Amino acid sequence: MCDQTFLAATFGPCDSCGKASPLMNIYIKNDAINYCSFCMEVMACQGLQSGETLASLKKESDSLKKKLEEERGKLNDIELHQVAEKVEMLGALSIKTKRLLKGHGNKVLCMDWCKDKRRLVSSSQDGKVIVWDAFTLNKEHGVTLPCTWVMACAYAPSGCAVACGGLDNKCSVFPLSLDKNENLSAKKKAVAMHTNYVSGCTFTNSDMQLLTSSGDGTCALWDVESGQLLQSFHGHTADVLSLDLAPSETGNTFVSGGSDKKANVWDMRSGQNIQSFESHESDINCVKYYPSGDAFASASDDSTCRFYDLRADREVAVYQKDSVIFGASTVDFSLSGRLLFAGYNDYTINVWDVLKGTRVSVLFGHENRVSRVRVSPDGTALCSASWDNTLRIWA
Amino acid sequence: MAEGSKDQGGVGTTDPEEDSPNMIVYRKIEDIVTRIQDEKAGGVAIRTVKSFLSKIPSVVSGADIVQWLMKNLSIEDPAEAIHLGSLIAAHGYIFPISDHVLTLKDDGTLYRFQSPYFWPSNCWEPENTDYAIYLCKRTMQNKARLELADYEAENLARLQRAFARKWEFIFMQAEAQVKIDRKKDKAERKILDSQERAFWDVHRPVPGCVNTTEMDIRKCRRERNPHRVKKSVYGVPDDGQSQPSPIHISSQPTRKPTKEDVQKEITFLNVQLDRHCMKVSKVADSLMSYTEQFVEYDPFVSATEPSNPWISWRGRVGISRDPSQQRVKKWSFSLEEALKDPAGRDQFLKFLESEFSSENLRFWLAVQDLKRRPLQEVASRAQEIWQEFLAEGAPSSINLDSHSYERTSQNLKDPGRYSYEDAQEHIFKLMKSDSYARFLRSNIYQDLLLARKKVSLLYSNTIVYFYTRQILYFPLHYISYSALVILQIRINHEVILEIKQPGRIYNVVKISPNFTRCNISNAYTLMHHTI
Repeated sequence: MCDQTFLAATFGPCDSCGKASPLMNIYIKNDAINYCSFCMEVMACQGLQSGETLASLKKESDSLKKKLEEERGKLNDIELHQVAEKVEMLGALSIKTKRLLKGHGNKVLCMDWCKDKRRLVSSSQDGKVIVWDAFTLNKEHGVTLPCTWVMACAYAPSGCAVACGGLDNKCSVFPLSLDKNENLSAKKKAVAMHTNYVSGCTFTNSDMQLLTSSGDGTCALWDVESGQLLQSFHGHTADVLSLDLAPSETGNTFVSGGSDKKANVWDMRSGQNIQSFESHESDINCVKYYPSGDAFASASDDSTCRFYDLRADREVAVYQKDSVIFGASTVDFSLSGRLLFAGYNDYTINVWDVLKGTRVSVLFGHENRVSRVRVSPDGTALCSASWDNTLRIWA
Repeated sequence: MAEGSKDQGGVGTTDPEEDSPNMIVYRKIEDIVTRIQDEKAGGVAIRTVKSFLSKIPSVVSGADIVQWLMKNLSIEDPAEAIHLGSLIAAHGYIFPISDHVLTLKDDGTLYRFQSPYFWPSNCWEPENTDYAIYLCKRTMQNKARLELADYEAENLARLQRAFARKWEFIFMQAEAQVKIDRKKDKAERKILDSQERAFWDVHRPVPGCVNTTEMDIRKCRRERNPHRVKKSVYGVPDDGQSQPSPIHISSQPTRKPTKEDVQKEITFLNVQLDRHCMKVSKVADSLMSYTEQFVEYDPFVSATEPSNPWISWRGRVGISRDPSQQRVKKWSFSLEEALKDPAGRDQFLKFLESEFSSENLRFWLAVQDLKRRPLQEVASRAQEIWQEFLAEGAPSSINLDSHSYERTSQNLKDPGRYSYEDAQEHIFKLMKSDSYARFLRSNIYQDLLLARKKVSLLYSNTIVYFYTRQILYFPLHYISYSALVILQIRINHEVILEIKQPGRIYNVVKISPNFTRCNISNAYTLMHHTI
């Protein structure tokens, strides 16, 4: 490897060691490097570029971060709640429990609405997944998974299948048959395979693709029929706890939140991390897009919910109160994006005015942590799942 | 950077466990509880209360705590303060002196503060042996206040069976504890006994009460020091048989960032710096206008039509033959909104077909469908789309600029779900600037918006109740039937259209006395003008 014979065009002090010797003139990334052959070899062996070390790279990264903060800070000319002062105040909301879904024998961890606006699927700690007709309180399907802590469940857009996963590190898809006698467990198809628990799952706009997030720090896009991994998303440095698909029909992005306190926006086509937001002080438990797709909200164990705008690339609102000290586990927007429903570990759901930043209402009723809140597809009702084994429909 | 972390608290280095979600809440509660007890700084008065023959040391009334919470945490609703206080109790920081159930009441009920030794932030996970010792100890002392509750007696019986072999040892430990306790001062003992009981009320709660020590399994893995939780309440040496809890697997140490990681970060940061971002003022305006535009469709904020099915006990009635005007109005907000609604898509397609220019929209829809196909079908479907829309002499040839055309045909050498992204975007922009605007001006759209030709069914449950009685009173003047409706004209000049199935009144209109007869299509028009 050592090549002492080369055409020396110049003779002088080496850029690296300073000794006067014949210099090799090369260009690395448009930078002229004039090293003596010994330093050149040292550099080649260590695989460094332009003599960078880990420490100098970190310094560069830190200075870039500072510069980025400064640049972004220049755009922060006013606060959202200040601009929103001209918006009309919301009238007093009267939201009450309209249905109480009992039937789970253990903590309900997740739920999802069907596109028909009345059915929903819920999953619990004891491995049971139940499909309900929320209008009539009828349990239409029930499956028992062989694992406990089913933390993720999703309804397929067609309404013909459900996906669920959890501690088994897998996400399985079950077709829903109208035949009550059919054993749904037999038709289970394991689609996603992770190396740690599955924390969230959602179908993309069709029944054919499934997006999952996992405790192994990655998110992944799967083809349901073949079980093939279409794209994986690396970038979180800790468990990914939640994800949400952008609401646009032509959109190809999604946002994920994790225990590394970061919320990342990803491009589904390339697997690249497009944007990243880090302002929470603890785990981000849930992320949800604003209905227009230009912003998203997050719920965290630091007892705050935050609102981030993608075009301004920064946090634009924080929803917090002195009396709210327990972590927020879940968030969802009302249809117009004016209200933010957030479920907390203090058994309540707080309703925040997204624009003004104030709390509009508190919903009491659950007797244990609220694990998930979801607004129905037509915006008429809110469903909440809780560790008290029940689900409530609020309207 | 290292300087920054030392600013927190002054004592000791930052403990990695301080970051764990439970700890964050515990520290906040501890801050509150410390402030409540600090009488000089506006806390509540902790005093000794005289009761019958004895004195109750070191207590506070529930009402006082509720008052303090409302004042110091800016809580307006006492119910909220009671809820928060009950949670603080449920986690074991305050407790009622004469009840196992840990809730806060806004009255004269007396409460005591838990000793920091027993605080949950010390990561207790007491073993059943300790619990057995505790229950056993209680039975040894002849005090009415220490009598076991029913559920405790049951627990004790269960533990006796489970620890049959160890029972002598447990008994001895209990006796030793009783001896130690006897040496303490009477008042002190009362306090310590109650605190000990509250501790067990948290870790072995009354059946039916929430066990606040339960943890979210996703956060359990991060307990870095599983051994810390194994210390015994009564100093019983760990006999080594207890296995470490299965959830306390030592988590893999967080990977130290490598050079590649940092280089990736630098590339990422450079991309971010190049990104053009909008000012918050502009963004705020955009968010506000979006919300304003859609607020009338938001059932939680405005009264929408039809009425909320979850609130009125009657379920959804009838099927809309035509989408409501409000829904049609949404299609004019943007092309995206129009395409999001299946009815909007259909109407737009119908309009384009009438102009013989539907290939653009059909192409767009075909590409959307392509993205939703299972992997196996993607390649063949992509070829089909090419043949139909883009190939030489294609039946529904679309107009693409040469650049996109080139790109797309390149992509098709290795067809995938995103092969047509460029083309689809181009066609979308074309539709937006051209045919979408014409659609909004078209008769097809305007008719729906102003509900000119067809009438949408109303959810008329209330009308049934109101008019049914009247129908009984006013004799029928004229009646006519069609397949779906019955038309009645009553002598009070009401024209009533009744839907045959499911037998509901569709609408009622009062007309001029000159009307004696009309056919059904006229009746529709009549209904319509008066709506």
